[in-house]
Amino acid sequence: MTNKELKLKSVLLRKNILKYIYKAKAGHTGGSLSCLDILNVLYNRVLNVDPNDFKNLNRDRYIQSKGHCVEALFVTLADRGFFPESDLETLCQYQSHYIGHPTKKVNGVEQNTGALGHGLPICVGEAIAAKLDNKTHRVFTLLGDGELPEGSNWEAFLAASHYKLDNLYAILDYNKQQITGNNSEVMNTDSVRQKLESFGWAVKEVDGHNLEALEEALNSGPLEVGKPSFIIAHTIKGKGVSYMEGNIKWHHGVPTPEQYELALSELNQVESSL
Amino acid sequence: MQLDKIEEKDLKMGKANQEVFSETLQELAETDSSIIVVTSDSRGSGKLVPFGQKFPSQIVEVGIAEQNLVGVAAGLASAGKKTFAVSPACFLSARALEQIKNDVCYSDNPVVLVGISSGVSYGALGTTHHSLHDFAALRSINNITIVAPADNFETEQAVRLAVKHDKPLYMRFGKKAMPFLDEENKSFEFGKGRLVRKGNDLTIIATGETVYPAWLAAKKLEDKHGVKAAVVSMHTIKPLDVKLLEDLAENGKPIVTVEEHMVNGGLGEACASYLFQKGYSNPFKIVGIPDEYTVTGSQVEIFNHYGISREGLYETCKGLLDI
Repeated sequence: MTNKELKLKSVLLRKNILKYIYKAKAGHTGGSLSCLDILNVLYNRVLNVDPNDFKNLNRDRYIQSKGHCVEALFVTLADRGFFPESDLETLCQYQSHYIGHPTKKVNGVEQNTGALGHGLPICVGEAIAAKLDNKTHRVFTLLGDGELPEGSNWEAFLAASHYKLDNLYAILDYNKQQITGNNSEVMNTDSVRQKLESFGWAVKEVDGHNLEALEEALNSGPLEVGKPSFIIAHTIKGKGVSYMEGNIKWHHGVPTPEQYELALSELNQVESSL
Repeated sequence: MQLDKIEEKDLKMGKANQEVFSETLQELAETDSSIIVVTSDSRGSGKLVPFGQKFPSQIVEVGIAEQNLVGVAAGLASAGKKTFAVSPACFLSARALEQIKNDVCYSDNPVVLVGISSGVSYGALGTTHHSLHDFAALRSINNITIVAPADNFETEQAVRLAVKHDKPLYMRFGKKAMPFLDEENKSFEFGKGRLVRKGNDLTIIATGETVYPAWLAAKKLEDKHGVKAAVVSMHTIKPLDVKLLEDLAENGKPIVTVEEHMVNGGLGEACASYLFQKGYSNPFKIVGIPDEYTVTGSQVEIFNHYGISREGLYETCKGLLDI
């Protein structure tokens, strides 16, 4: 897949996020759009996972700690062939496995997440197990900035550096907004780089919508041998739809028919400009 | 802390169940390198110092961080390790309850959660260190087996089964030496209560470290009144052995349940709920810690205070039998 095709895929997947949220009349729109490029790069350039052999013990692990942005994960997994995209027609419907958070009922999902602050500790366990078994696969998690205040994250930050887990990568979807408002008003997450460095992590900051930069950060091995890697991906909540970008009301807003058409036309314009 | 002496006559005294837990796990780890113990600065209280010395690569220390303890254990179990997450029952089942609910049970990662120094083992340390809520909290979570072995035999068997159990499991152990309750009854499986004393005049269903005083009360009833009380070690709180419950209730005689747990939501309520819905109307009494500010003291003193003792249970049974 060329870089251009990867960029086109980001647009397509954004359209799919909106399509299924619009149909389900539910979903975490802003956050899914903000982390979509990260997922696109992970599943199409970084993760060693096979849709037809997902349980392979040597696969890379990806556990989405910010489980509420499941729509971004689902459209990416469907596009990658983990399940037919038409399954997403049932998103959030009665008895569908495609619910508002990831569950292992869906092929490609590692763990049931949704409560915040849970992904990283599980990844620490996975990474320790890989080290014990001398395996070379890597373990990735995606954190939301709104979940950083969860204490369990900081317990795991300590443990990951204590055990020198350089096979562990935590990616922060740093859109700097959460349901109530800006992080800085809800709970200040400034100096996250310094905080993580002081916890013994190697840290790199990237533009979370720059696919090449993301790939370079995630695919070049650990940022520092003997340290877990923390990638701060600077993102924009609602990325790709002008009226959603940076607007808190789209945290879990569902577009009206007119808004949906407007969003699609904006994304179509981006697509034709690539 | 000065431990109270346990009456040794009539029964052969063993060790503390959590010591047997550690010894059995060490034995199993000799031939199974996939066994991993995760501790939260709790290897001393869990009697796991020798395990750590013998198998340094099979013990993962996370420091005093119970949420991380359970999350990390879930990750290890997901990666195929036979994972034992060991921490005082009071912290494990409260501080890390959401991790137990989501990362272990909901995600179906087969962690063995080991609650040490359970119930009022840390009696004099106060409510912070008591686990009188764990049965109730965990009973209301899907996909977990809850086990409280009564004696060293049950503990050893439970640990051996736990290694083969590929589903979430919670076990709790106390600190005090326990006697062997019935050396003839060598059957043990999760979900099957163990009859440790036969009788048909009354039934005492107990669990964990309360089976011993239940046994003593039954003996006193027989010695003093010729009353034969059946005593069951209902070591598995969930799933409950409902077949045995029905067999025991069939004679219509009184049933007393005993547990080192608050009377709300534990073994007694589980038994009562099942039997009542099945139409049984045996006289029924739940003995446990009442819903009040818990008294402190040694485990035996607290047991005595709340009638979880030979004398207390003897009196409770006498009242139900009207003798």
